[in-house]
Amino acid sequence: MQIGIDIGGTNTDAVLMAGGNVLATYKSPTTASVGEGVQQAISQVLASAGVSTAAVTRVVLGTTHFTNAVVQRQGLDQVCAIRLGAPASRAFPPFSVWPEDLAAVAHGSSAILKGGVNFDGSTITALDDAELRAAADAAAYAGLTAVALTSIFAPLSRDNEQTARDIMAAAQPSLSFTLSSDIGNLGVLERENATILNACLTRMAVDVVASIETALATLGIGCPFFFSQNDGTLMSAEFAARFPVRTFASGPTNSIRGAGFLAGVQDALVVDIGGTTTDVGALRRGYPRESANTTELAGLRTNFRMPDLVSIGIGGGSHVSVGDTHVTVGPRSVGRLLTQQALVFGGSTLTATDIAVAAGLLDVGDPGAVAHLPRAQVEQALATITRDVERAVDAMRVSSDDLPVILVGGGAPLVGLDAFHGQPVIRPEHGQVANAVGAAVAHAGGESDRIYNLDKMSREEAVSLAEDEAREQCVRAGAETGQVEIVEMDALPLTYLPGQSVRIRVKAAGPPAA
Amino acid sequence: MRRRLSERDIAAIAEGSAILGTGGGGDPYLGSVYAARAVRTFGEPELASVDELPDDTLAVAAVMIGSPVPMMEKLSLGDEVGRAFDGLQSVLGRPINAMMTPEIGGVNTVISIAIAAERGLPVVDADAMGRAFPEVQLVTQTIYGIRVCPLSMADEHGNVVIINAVDNFWAERLARPTVIEFGAISPSLGFPMTKADIELASIRGSVSLARDIGESLLFGDPREGGVLEAVLERTGGIELFRGKVSSVDRHVTGGWAVGDVHVEGSEAFAGATMRVTFQNENLMAYLDDQPIACVPDLITIVEQDSCRAITTERLRFGSRVSVLAMPCDDKWLTPAGLTLAGPRHFGYEVDYLPYAGRRPVPAPGPAPFDATRS
Repeated sequence: MQIGIDIGGTNTDAVLMAGGNVLATYKSPTTASVGEGVQQAISQVLASAGVSTAAVTRVVLGTTHFTNAVVQRQGLDQVCAIRLGAPASRAFPPFSVWPEDLAAVAHGSSAILKGGVNFDGSTITALDDAELRAAADAAAYAGLTAVALTSIFAPLSRDNEQTARDIMAAAQPSLSFTLSSDIGNLGVLERENATILNACLTRMAVDVVASIETALATLGIGCPFFFSQNDGTLMSAEFAARFPVRTFASGPTNSIRGAGFLAGVQDALVVDIGGTTTDVGALRRGYPRESANTTELAGLRTNFRMPDLVSIGIGGGSHVSVGDTHVTVGPRSVGRLLTQQALVFGGSTLTATDIAVAAGLLDVGDPGAVAHLPRAQVEQALATITRDVERAVDAMRVSSDDLPVILVGGGAPLVGLDAFHGQPVIRPEHGQVANAVGAAVAHAGGESDRIYNLDKMSREEAVSLAEDEAREQCVRAGAETGQVEIVEMDALPLTYLPGQSVRIRVKAAGPPAA
Repeated sequence: MRRRLSERDIAAIAEGSAILGTGGGGDPYLGSVYAARAVRTFGEPELASVDELPDDTLAVAAVMIGSPVPMMEKLSLGDEVGRAFDGLQSVLGRPINAMMTPEIGGVNTVISIAIAAERGLPVVDADAMGRAFPEVQLVTQTIYGIRVCPLSMADEHGNVVIINAVDNFWAERLARPTVIEFGAISPSLGFPMTKADIELASIRGSVSLARDIGESLLFGDPREGGVLEAVLERTGGIELFRGKVSSVDRHVTGGWAVGDVHVEGSEAFAGATMRVTFQNENLMAYLDDQPIACVPDLITIVEQDSCRAITTERLRFGSRVSVLAMPCDDKWLTPAGLTLAGPRHFGYEVDYLPYAGRRPVPAPGPAPFDATRS
């Protein structure tokens, strides 16, 4: 049996599953301590299903803990950021394009040192041992432990970063390192930003993993546990402790995959209606479609691979205001105060949930508190919600295909099944905990994303190297050796670059080892 | 009227340039950060109209030659820019006293403004394309036989190469191998122009036009359709089509991002389909397979609600868009201009066709250059 837990900013959801069946679910406000929340969620789902801890074979966690730490600028370590590539790239040193308040907490020291390669793999300048040892000494002397190493064109050649790490670690064994080639792709600033964020979070990640280990030990659960990543696959706890940035955006990803699993489809559009916002994503062959754009996180440009999402400010807690000629819904919301402020719960704010109760779509609270609402107003508010959600779904729709729409999340009843212009609509059972289901059913994943120069090897050789790396990563992330499959491969020739440069991306996935 | 360019103006110019950039020009992020920093550090540069320029004006322009990918890795806007400037100055014989932007669209527009701020020079309110184009010789100077050389290229190591080519086609040809040795990206300074050259060959008022468009986009009329109306009024353009992107096909051929986008019509255009083809920039618009607008006129795809321009690499299924057609500068409609940058230059077997509702096409100007050299 597997337990999936999704720790969001507001709620923690959990689900106990066996062979694809949901045995028990749980929803409760998120606790400050991750370990406590996990312990509570697990003991509750086990108790309500009447199952013993011995039956649990896997625990998977999705968490916004690290994202929130960055957004709130809390608990971040100061980082020594080193870029390899001088004299190139000096116009924009590390941290120079950061929001000031984030730089204030994360900037320990920074330098641009010799190193880096060009697009064709030729050296910009050779690494300088003495310079690197001095940088290591300076960082250790300043009391820093986390180092972010970013070399120019590292996605093409990671040798510089690995050699520099070895030299610095030999000089100062107390330092820990994040290499940009493990984190992101082309675009030195975006990749470096993500690398520094990862370094900021490494110590916190080690603590979080330890607190979960303690929680599981307290409960007497000895099975392995995993974290879900932003691409919908999972990684081992050991891997998560080294790469916490990979948990960013795992919430929406889990919800999209969980919705697909509950509905029993591989391709669909998923509408997750929460308390404040509605996220619309696309499920393609069982995984979320990825965004092609640069992603911003807390005011910082990064190049993570995030799910392609359209978010609109409509949810169960949205304020509904009635004007002379029209009714507006959102973007203001009562959020987590829904059960105090909505009319049906004895409050004084007219919310989308009140409208749903008045229309008979939802049975919560006191229907008498909304009996006075004029029928026309209720219908107008519902029409507004449906129109806005339909527009968001249309924006995600690829061509004129007939993909079904899956409605999940606590606010799913707000939209009628007759919406979406006659396209099939599915509202699966347990849709309110789709995100926890997505975590519970995740496979281990690995990927390779590099640039190859085809003047030096054939395309087949390059693809095979990339596939090997993805499989190896997948096993490192916790997959059962021998059960790993390549789930996606694409090869893109690079614009304007002379010669035969091709970027090959391969994704592998497989069931977690028992 | 003389005035200075503030950080707000630069943000507006970057936004407005994207409308005039016809889907090309790439991500202006780095250039905008660079220009904002230059203005904060060195002060706001002056924007001077062509009429205000002194008679001894010698203006130059900056272009990033190479590929966007190395630019994203090497961030080549450091000391190399200054060295390229100094290299050009050393062979010109008299002081550079103004900066001009080579194109309106993408990174080059804001970089020329940043250099003006750094060097304390005025920015000429004019450019050499009135839009974006992908090759060095596709500038209005070429129509009038004005050379883009000397062209000064620099790299991060301190190398400077001065190209003094016989014409603008040779300049493009010699710049390419140089830029490969420089790591496929080089800030380059060139396009020296006197006041007489600027009066003859440049497109006037284009920097303030980009700024005014950007002002409307960033701070303009919030009424539904208000921003679109403002953009059309300022550019003299029309809304060619409106609908939803139903497919995008994009691939790389000979170093260019080539492809097309299909838009399914909505509202007044329901039932019709528009196809827009691009090679870095948008080149042709077809309504139900009939060509109805073409290069060198400007074809730009914008988001329906915000009227923000969508570059070709950001086109996406499902987006609700408007396709705008805007008149190019009259210089491009001379026989020489059309030979240089008309549909046939980009491989289309059709002659230039003004879109319906376009302002009248002017009478022919100077004779075409010797097209066999291309």
